[in-house]
Amino acid sequence: MLAAAAFALAAPAALGGPPIQHWQTASGARVYFVESRNLPILDVSVQFPAGSSRDTPATSGLAGLTLRMLRFGAQGLTEEQISLRLADVGAQLAPSFDYDRAGYALRTLSGAAQREQALATLAAVLQRPGFPAAVLEREKARVIAGLREADLKPDAIGAREFARLVYAGHPYGLRESGEPRTVAQLTREDLAAFHARFFAAPYAVVAMIGDLERREAEAIAERLVAGLPKGSGPLAPLPQVPRLDAPVQRVIVHPAAQAHLYLGAPGVRRVDPDYFPLLVGNYILGGGGFNSRFSEQVRQKRGLSYSVYSRLAPYEQDGAFTIALQTRRDQAGEALRVVRETFADFVANGPSAEELEGARQHIVGAFPLRLDSNREILEHLAVIGFYRLPLDWLERYPQSVAAVTAAQVRDAFQRRISSERLAVVVVGAPSDASAIPP
Amino acid sequence: MIPFSDRVCSAATATSPSRLALRSALAVACAWPAAPAAAELHRHRLDNGMEILVKEDHRAPVVASMLWYRAGSMDEVNGSTGVAHVLEHMMFRGTRTLAPGELSKTVARAGGRDNASTGRDYTIYFQQLHRSQLPLAMRLEADRMANLMLTEAEFARELRVVMEERRLRTEDQPRSLLYETFFATAYQAHPYRTPIIGWMRDLENMTLADAHTWYRAWYAPNNAALVVVGDVHAADVFAEAQRWFGAIAPRALPERKAQSEAPQRGLRRAVVNAPAELPYLLMGWHVPALRDLERDWEPYALWVLAAALDGSDASRLTRDLVRERRLAVSAGAGYDPVNRGPGLFVVSATPAAGHSVEALEAALRAQIAAIAEHGITAEELERTRVQAVAAQVYGRDSMLGQARQIGRLHNAGLPPDGAAMQVRRLQEVTVQQVQAVARKYFADDNLTVGTLWPQPLAAAVRAGASDVPLREHH
Repeated sequence: MLAAAAFALAAPAALGGPPIQHWQTASGARVYFVESRNLPILDVSVQFPAGSSRDTPATSGLAGLTLRMLRFGAQGLTEEQISLRLADVGAQLAPSFDYDRAGYALRTLSGAAQREQALATLAAVLQRPGFPAAVLEREKARVIAGLREADLKPDAIGAREFARLVYAGHPYGLRESGEPRTVAQLTREDLAAFHARFFAAPYAVVAMIGDLERREAEAIAERLVAGLPKGSGPLAPLPQVPRLDAPVQRVIVHPAAQAHLYLGAPGVRRVDPDYFPLLVGNYILGGGGFNSRFSEQVRQKRGLSYSVYSRLAPYEQDGAFTIALQTRRDQAGEALRVVRETFADFVANGPSAEELEGARQHIVGAFPLRLDSNREILEHLAVIGFYRLPLDWLERYPQSVAAVTAAQVRDAFQRRISSERLAVVVVGAPSDASAIPP
Repeated sequence: MIPFSDRVCSAATATSPSRLALRSALAVACAWPAAPAAAELHRHRLDNGMEILVKEDHRAPVVASMLWYRAGSMDEVNGSTGVAHVLEHMMFRGTRTLAPGELSKTVARAGGRDNASTGRDYTIYFQQLHRSQLPLAMRLEADRMANLMLTEAEFARELRVVMEERRLRTEDQPRSLLYETFFATAYQAHPYRTPIIGWMRDLENMTLADAHTWYRAWYAPNNAALVVVGDVHAADVFAEAQRWFGAIAPRALPERKAQSEAPQRGLRRAVVNAPAELPYLLMGWHVPALRDLERDWEPYALWVLAAALDGSDASRLTRDLVRERRLAVSAGAGYDPVNRGPGLFVVSATPAAGHSVEALEAALRAQIAAIAEHGITAEELERTRVQAVAAQVYGRDSMLGQARQIGRLHNAGLPPDGAAMQVRRLQEVTVQQVQAVARKYFADDNLTVGTLWPQPLAAAVRAGASDVPLREHH
């Protein structure tokens, strides 16, 4: 039939990623650029190695608060002027923050006048923050209000405790937004010093995609990093995340209708020989939505949970492999048992051939969906840039996935994420603790 | 503010694959602020009444396919609230030819993503896949439209899942509890008063027969619209849709009783006491929804009013209440004109520590009163126009987002290609019109106030206090 043929002709071929252009600015910032002309939009992100892993227990929240404050006043511009300049041209500015990275992403129309104003505002925000004292007090209060609100919620309580246990003293174990006590003590001198130390040009990663020529992109990148601090040499690498040498478990009492459960262990990093076996294995185990073992065993077979999943968190150092779910509080014991059994079986025996084939087919086949918007491509550029991944990372990704074997998956999980040594946190009823097997 | 004379047109050369897209790019850059040229929406209706709506977007070799059933929680009755959403779950639990869960597995193996969502006005099922897999998506949707298999065992399990979802999203979320009570107070008669997930007691009493009745009532091709956005050609999509859906017979739909909310005749207050650190405040006023894209003006004026209050960080609520006066840690305003049912203009806010809910409520009322008295400025009006145009352009970066926009318009009985007209009409709103709606709709007699009063958790359960570590192995 003609109609079927019309679709069949377009069978998925090997998909290349978008062509990525890469250079360094005069001051050492790395720039990654994709020219994309079919929408009159420009997306730019600038990131720094200024995530929460730069905090200490005494300064927890400093990195996050510094990033947050950048948009609330630059030298010569009040916070209101900053927000008006962006709103007047329809530009959107959004912070992004995790353990490793801190930065801002700007979305603007690509017409010269609009983007000029938007980019000038971004440059001011990054390069010349004012940290006005009165505004800082206000923002500290807002952050603390959010933290105290979170401290009542079972999911936030559980996630916080899980991070503490699984990262065992490593900076990744600190809460990203900080703690009420430590945030309250931060001063504008702390923030200014943090900015001067970490928001430096040689550390900056600029990603751009949009309606621009290369030479325009070069000029923009230079402007964005021009007034940044100079930095003081290469940053010390983050410490390694220690392995859990024994299982650890905590029950936190909470009256919520649902118990919240977290299980896991370190983990995987961005540049890691086990990256793809763990990625494929995680998809099969709990990353693949309805098609995962956890979904099948916990949700579909037993109706115990609406949301049960597992997740890898690749960072500079080993981010946690996490299994998470919620269930009616009296079902916590049963849910924990099912999750443990499912995980242990997977680690011991690995995936079936059918599961492996399904995972490969999905991850490779769905890869074009990761490249179908400028916004998504921008994030790929940011990750490639920040972690110094090869420029053909996107092209090689499907091939790397297709090459993973069942034996590699089993082997990687057994070596890296043993089911014998997990951190387990249950937020729920104290009586549930007795139902929780060791 | 950019004076018109300073606007520069980007002199890009036409090297893009789609000259039409580039021309529209130039059109935006050179003619500011103007509604951007949009790709055409192609429409076709099958003989059985099913609508097929296609927007071609050749930026990437993928397609978003979204099936809209015009049935949502507003079509439910007391005693069976939540059935629309339960049936949405059951649509993944097997047909005459597919085992439970097999639909999602099939989509995943074909390199696709799938999901579904239930709203007040609609239930939608969508996939994102490589363009070559659109026939597969259609085959699967046609199969479950006609051949869903409901079994007691699957139903019992899935109902438990839905109850967990309600616990996760509502029972353990104090602000969601407030929203639920707030809507049930603002609406006394209209079915917008019931939660989409359903009251817990109705879920506990729900039967397989309820789900089956719902399915038979509403899941007919003449109650469905397929929206496809992506790297396809409309003619091919129409032909493929005919192939998969054409043989499904239409059915007479149940009578939809006209439901309306009688005009509110006095201020209403609702209170929820639940564990929280800070209070939370909701204020809602009944306002018109959009019924005629071209002739209505009040919905557009209300949209501009919402944008003037909360379109961005530069808008009044954040500027005045959060930044300058520090009465609130956050404040927002929302109004969605595209509904099958009536409209509600909602303002929300969280007071800053040390400031009372009463003071915050008074301040929010004063914000609207100030606009009623003095109107918004020409600069504010211009800013909302800029925002509307920019948002429309940015929306083109998402195929799923475009499909959603088309589907929502069509589902509400509006022209599905109406987005461009909406942007045009938004730019025609005047400061006088904004002032007029601010005067007309925001009297206390039309107001519902919902307040979340914080209850402390027992001290023992606060994070960082005395945990109960059991069976720790060190």
